[in-house]
Amino acid sequence: MNTDFVPNVRFYRWAQIPLALLAVFFWASLLDAESDQSQPAYGDAIVVASIADARTLVPILASDSASGEICGLVFNGLVKYDKNINIVGDLAESWDIEAGGLVIVFHLRKDVKWHDGMPFTAYDVEFTYKKLVDPAVRTPYSGDFERIKKLEVADDHTVRVVYKEPFSPGLSSWGMSIMPRHLLKDEDLNKTSFSRHPVGTGPYKFRSWKSQEKIELVSNHEYFEGRPYIDRYIYRIIPDEATIFLELQTRGADMSGLTPLQFTRQTDNKFFRKYYQKFRYPGFGYTYMGYNLSDERFRDIRVRQAINFAVNKEEIIGTILFGLAKVTTGPFITDSWAYNKEVKPASYDPAKARLLLKEAGWADEDGDGWLEKDGKKFEFTVLVNQGNSERLKCAEMIQGYLKAIGIRMKIRVLEWSTLINEFIDKRHFEAVLMGWSLSRDPDCYDIWHSSKTREGEFNFIGYKNPEVDHLLEEGRRTFDRAERERIYHEVHRLIYEDQPCLFLYSAEALPVVSSRFHGIEVSPNGIGYNFIKWYVPREEQRYR
Amino acid sequence: MLNYLARRLIGLIPVFFGITIISFFVMHLAPGKPTDLQTSLNPKITYEARVRMEKLYGLDKPVHVQYVDWLKRFVRLDFGRSFLDDRPVIDKISERIPITLLINISSLLLIFAIGIPLGILAAVKRHTLRDKLTTVFVFIGFSTPEFWLALLLMSLFGITLGWLPISGIKSLDFEYLSFAGKVLDVARHIALPVCIAAFGSLAGISRYMRSSMIGVIGQDYIRTARAKGLRESQVVYKHALKNALLPVITIIGLSIPGLIGGSVIFESIFAIPGMGRLFYESVMARDYATIMGVLSIGALLTLLGNLLADVAYSYADPRIRLGSKE
Repeated sequence: MNTDFVPNVRFYRWAQIPLALLAVFFWASLLDAESDQSQPAYGDAIVVASIADARTLVPILASDSASGEICGLVFNGLVKYDKNINIVGDLAESWDIEAGGLVIVFHLRKDVKWHDGMPFTAYDVEFTYKKLVDPAVRTPYSGDFERIKKLEVADDHTVRVVYKEPFSPGLSSWGMSIMPRHLLKDEDLNKTSFSRHPVGTGPYKFRSWKSQEKIELVSNHEYFEGRPYIDRYIYRIIPDEATIFLELQTRGADMSGLTPLQFTRQTDNKFFRKYYQKFRYPGFGYTYMGYNLSDERFRDIRVRQAINFAVNKEEIIGTILFGLAKVTTGPFITDSWAYNKEVKPASYDPAKARLLLKEAGWADEDGDGWLEKDGKKFEFTVLVNQGNSERLKCAEMIQGYLKAIGIRMKIRVLEWSTLINEFIDKRHFEAVLMGWSLSRDPDCYDIWHSSKTREGEFNFIGYKNPEVDHLLEEGRRTFDRAERERIYHEVHRLIYEDQPCLFLYSAEALPVVSSRFHGIEVSPNGIGYNFIKWYVPREEQRYR
Repeated sequence: MLNYLARRLIGLIPVFFGITIISFFVMHLAPGKPTDLQTSLNPKITYEARVRMEKLYGLDKPVHVQYVDWLKRFVRLDFGRSFLDDRPVIDKISERIPITLLINISSLLLIFAIGIPLGILAAVKRHTLRDKLTTVFVFIGFSTPEFWLALLLMSLFGITLGWLPISGIKSLDFEYLSFAGKVLDVARHIALPVCIAAFGSLAGISRYMRSSMIGVIGQDYIRTARAKGLRESQVVYKHALKNALLPVITIIGLSIPGLIGGSVIFESIFAIPGMGRLFYESVMARDYATIMGVLSIGALLTLLGNLLADVAYSYADPRIRLGSKE
């Protein structure tokens, strides 16, 4: 936590300075604007521009990012991630892991109140758990909680969670927002009006929601980590990226994400330098081209390696993302402890690619520029989802690289639902260009374990490596961080060696925030982690 | 007349249900399910959770059973609940309708206010430079991509001149404004959308007006009026216009369903929470209940609009009044 911004005595004295003096002070501070001498002050509003509206503010039903963002400000989990992506307490003050990981005992904070004034207790945790595993509740998050054997309330502020078997991602799963039992115990969560009038424990209280227009939150003065400096949080829904950019230019929005093009080319001017601060940090996800490993051609590891040598990822990043991405070699957050930095990305080497393909039996026999084997041309189709021009451009560049080594790749763009239901779930694809977003916990059992290949499950490329299976199982059972680090580094190395997919890049997050907000610090966990410490110096405040 | 109305209304019922059946089945032909957006490719969501959710939404039943379920609710005027957020569909629609109506009615009025005089002008001054300029003007409006024009004008009025807000329908300090301030605020926000929507539709109405006027001006009774020595303005606006406006009644009737529709692109660019976006989003999310709600209201209004046009027509034009035939 950053202690620089704790309101100090001087601030309170200010409030008593007569207006005239304040005006003098105001002008003086304008002259002095360059040297950041400003003091934290309460007040003002932040206008966040978002492409999409929230769907529901019942946190255990919310699966889209807009709902998640709002729920994250209104509710708290038992634990959260700090700026270095370590798990720290949120509603839980501390916790003990007992019986080799079978039991987690949470000691809850005693000073927490719901926004309606009722005290927060262990029964709220029990209630949330029961709803998460209730088959009648439409929550997509039951998976992690079904591994719990029983949950006991030891006293008002102690919860004992007993797992069926040790499950280390279980601890981070308690980052799930806790819901108020006293308001919801008689409600049908699927239909409750709570979804549009949530009451939580978080730094911001819900105020109003106009569908597809805006959601407004106000600061919780009694928040247990201290009152947030910014009084109002206004989430404006502007569905068009171009419009958001125009709004930024009239200062109608204070915070938004930028595209790499906007970041590098369209905001490098006097106006943006004066009124906005731009940030960049590694994103929590990666883009890859996955092969259908049951396809005869891709079953040969030499072919997969050849494609890896043939594609110049640096050039893709430079061209499409204007350098605002990192080449990635494995399925983990690039800056996290799980990511194995020893694994170096293969160099761009088309000659080596051709050699490998030749070894695998692919050669251009009829001299038409395309490779053949047993009289069949090497030709496949990659599927891309509609509406993602970045991925489409990426596919087009890969098409060029593969053409250079004699492989013909076609591109087919499909609407999201169609792509998932008709092609991916049914395994009707040769290759797909997609992305995975990553949770802070490195457990990726569902994506890489060989048991997760049923229709609708996530190992749709059909990856199977007994050693990786074993490590993934072990990673879930282990709580010791150093030991998990070793396990996931090994997973990373093995998967990269196997090349079940072509790892491409992890794009950076590129938020822009109005320069009147101070106290923002970039960390491996982005910029939002200390939002309650952001402030606008009194003289720069814009909204009441 | 009442007899006729009753017969027409009864005749609409099978047509209406035909429309809903076709809509319902075509909608289910599209691959995907309402639960896709929530569950697909999210590694935190297990297979079992997904199957469970599909069951809870009733999606494991055959399509015809789902249709009958929908119909049973619909005849009780219950549109069901959205698959997306479980709010009643009727709430979702009714919160979008006021702004959509406001913009559509304003632009319709603007279209008539400009399009009709333009059409008359073009007809009276037929084959002159003025006629040709009008034609070019309205066709430029017709063929300009709305989104492009919208972005250019937003940039001009919002950024360069700073006269109008960029997007949305209310300012952030709306609640602190006086009543007059609120009216002005909304007016400033919808000025650009209304004008751009009207610009694109001028061509249709002014062309209709022009050709209808030309037809009327060639009639004998106009020659009579002129022969009586009436002033040209009186001939045009009193004698010719009344008759030339008849086809416009049809257009008004046909515009009724359009009043609750909206353009997705347009509403997205101006960040207007209207019907167009509601429908588009529900289609993309396969939110069957909302899709059917919007479609059936649209179908109902189309049918009623047609009927209304027919009735109004016969009322306004004695020549085709139905009673006279019988």
